[in-house]
Amino acid sequence: MSGFAKPLKIALGLAVIAALIVVPMNFNRYGLFILSQWAVMSIAAMGLNLTLGYAGQVSLAQGAFVGIGAYAAAIMTTHGWPLPAAIVVAIALSFAVGWVLGYPALRVQHHYLAFVTLAFSTLAFLVFRNESWLTGGIYGISNIPRPHIFGIATNKPLPFYYVCLGSLAIVSLAVWWLIRSPWGRAFMALRENPLRAQSLGVDTRRYTLMAFAIGSALGGVAGALYAPLTQYIDPVPFNLSLSLDLLMMVIVGGAGFYFGPFLGAMIAVLLPEWLRFTEGYYLMLYAVAVMLLLIWSPTGILGILDRAMAARRTKAASALRAVAKSRLETVQ
Amino acid sequence: MSNLFDLLVAGLATGAIYALVAVGFTLLWQTSQTINFAQGEFVMLPAFLMLAAMHVGAPFWLAIILGILLSMILLGLAFKLLLVDPMMRHGVLPLAIATMALAIGIKEAVKQFFSAEASPFPSIVPTGDVSILGHAVSLQSIGVLVVAILAVFGLTALLNRTSLGHQMQAAAQNPTVARIIGVPVERMILLTFLINAFLVALASLLITPIYLAKFSSGEVLGQAAFIAAIVGGFNQVRGAIAGGLLIGVLDNLAAAYVSTQYRAAVPMIFLIAVILFRPQGLLGRAEERTV
Repeated sequence: MSGFAKPLKIALGLAVIAALIVVPMNFNRYGLFILSQWAVMSIAAMGLNLTLGYAGQVSLAQGAFVGIGAYAAAIMTTHGWPLPAAIVVAIALSFAVGWVLGYPALRVQHHYLAFVTLAFSTLAFLVFRNESWLTGGIYGISNIPRPHIFGIATNKPLPFYYVCLGSLAIVSLAVWWLIRSPWGRAFMALRENPLRAQSLGVDTRRYTLMAFAIGSALGGVAGALYAPLTQYIDPVPFNLSLSLDLLMMVIVGGAGFYFGPFLGAMIAVLLPEWLRFTEGYYLMLYAVAVMLLLIWSPTGILGILDRAMAARRTKAASALRAVAKSRLETVQ
Repeated sequence: MSNLFDLLVAGLATGAIYALVAVGFTLLWQTSQTINFAQGEFVMLPAFLMLAAMHVGAPFWLAIILGILLSMILLGLAFKLLLVDPMMRHGVLPLAIATMALAIGIKEAVKQFFSAEASPFPSIVPTGDVSILGHAVSLQSIGVLVVAILAVFGLTALLNRTSLGHQMQAAAQNPTVARIIGVPVERMILLTFLINAFLVALASLLITPIYLAKFSSGEVLGQAAFIAAIVGGFNQVRGAIAGGLLIGVLDNLAAAYVSTQYRAAVPMIFLIAVILFRPQGLLGRAEERTV
């Protein structure tokens, strides 16, 4: 089975990537905006998936890190700095704040940790709203420029969509590498059994902080792209509901699955748009869809796929076993 | 000084409402490990049910009764049977996420079927002031305090003095043993959901005249109740009551003495401090669940 499964997977992956590059070429402005938003939210959700799905640390503050990244990028680029420099600063800043936020996780776990991060999220929102000397307060920051990449202006929606898509590709590769590295394995050990991980010599303290910091840094990257995407930011998009939305994306897509955040972000960003023809009902239908999905499969969409594949493997294995058994019997 | 007195009374009145909501929140957690992110929306909805009943011509008292009954059916029975029961065995997080989706659904439904604007809501307490110790205190604050305190006392008496209450406590503390000694655990869990629905409907009745009925008003309230529950002690009814009163007073004092901009930060910082230094809550006991 795995003989042709791998080329098939690679072909499927290439087809999806090609589609993401080619299909949007004749999209209108709004369609491109939605797709770019999907790419940005996928990055943020991927960060949260590292923290929650792989390392098992609940965080309700990912939206705050998107906000930190967005404000860092908005403030720097409106003062004439290039976007890549702003992204580096956004990463460093969210990494540092995320590291500090990880300290409560050393003391408390599960729902208590969720509440600490929830409180942090609200505090960050208050800072965005009230420190108007820095963030523009409720009036926000407008006229955020879009970057020139290799001398090409990305003011038009399509080039900037490629900027978002390219960033998503880079982040995806980095995360792919990370979860296969010893670090990724240490994260999973942390999630599965912290005590055993520690007894095997994993520095659980350091990896807990790392899980928070790296996940938060990806939130910062997403924010640094969000600012030039919308070209105007105010505190409202970065309130607690963004953190809750991102958490929903990760769980709905499938926490701890590599492709979970892509699917989760797709459902959270695109499904409401597809349902727009129902006018006022679209968010209601979205909420019902999420609840039904979670009732059906609490491990998210990829959980369904995972179970189906496990069932197929068991079937195949028992078929092989039956064959082996009958052979044994004929020998006897 | 007079200012401080007024702030304390107003704080206790809002705090008493927070306490009602927080108590329901802890009840659900103890009996079924449900972290209900829709609790704020649960408080917002009954006011609209009552308004809807009045729209079709019911007098206020009948609307109140209908509203409370409908809340118990929708937010108690239906919530438990349709959402909590199928998801309970899958752990805390998926259920918590499902309640987040439920919160969105309730908000949007109210916005769509009722109104996106704030609607006025009649008060069960007459407006006006009375003089206590030389201070003018609004009848509304007193009415809210009295009703909330009566509800809380009623609940505590039910839990601690009746056989039914003892069975509920047993079902929460150790469902397996409770089942062995013949406590109908399932029915007890359902009962806590109905009690929660009753408490949020009561809170809705008390708070909506003050803050108006609006589809988004549950967000702030839900968060306040959340904080109250954790600060007081996630696993204790009296903890939730103390937490509610404390957060109500703290919020009002912070608005007056810290800054209006950062008033919301004070309960949050307090929350972080409590979780880090006393995670079981001010009145809670560690690693033990009791109603």
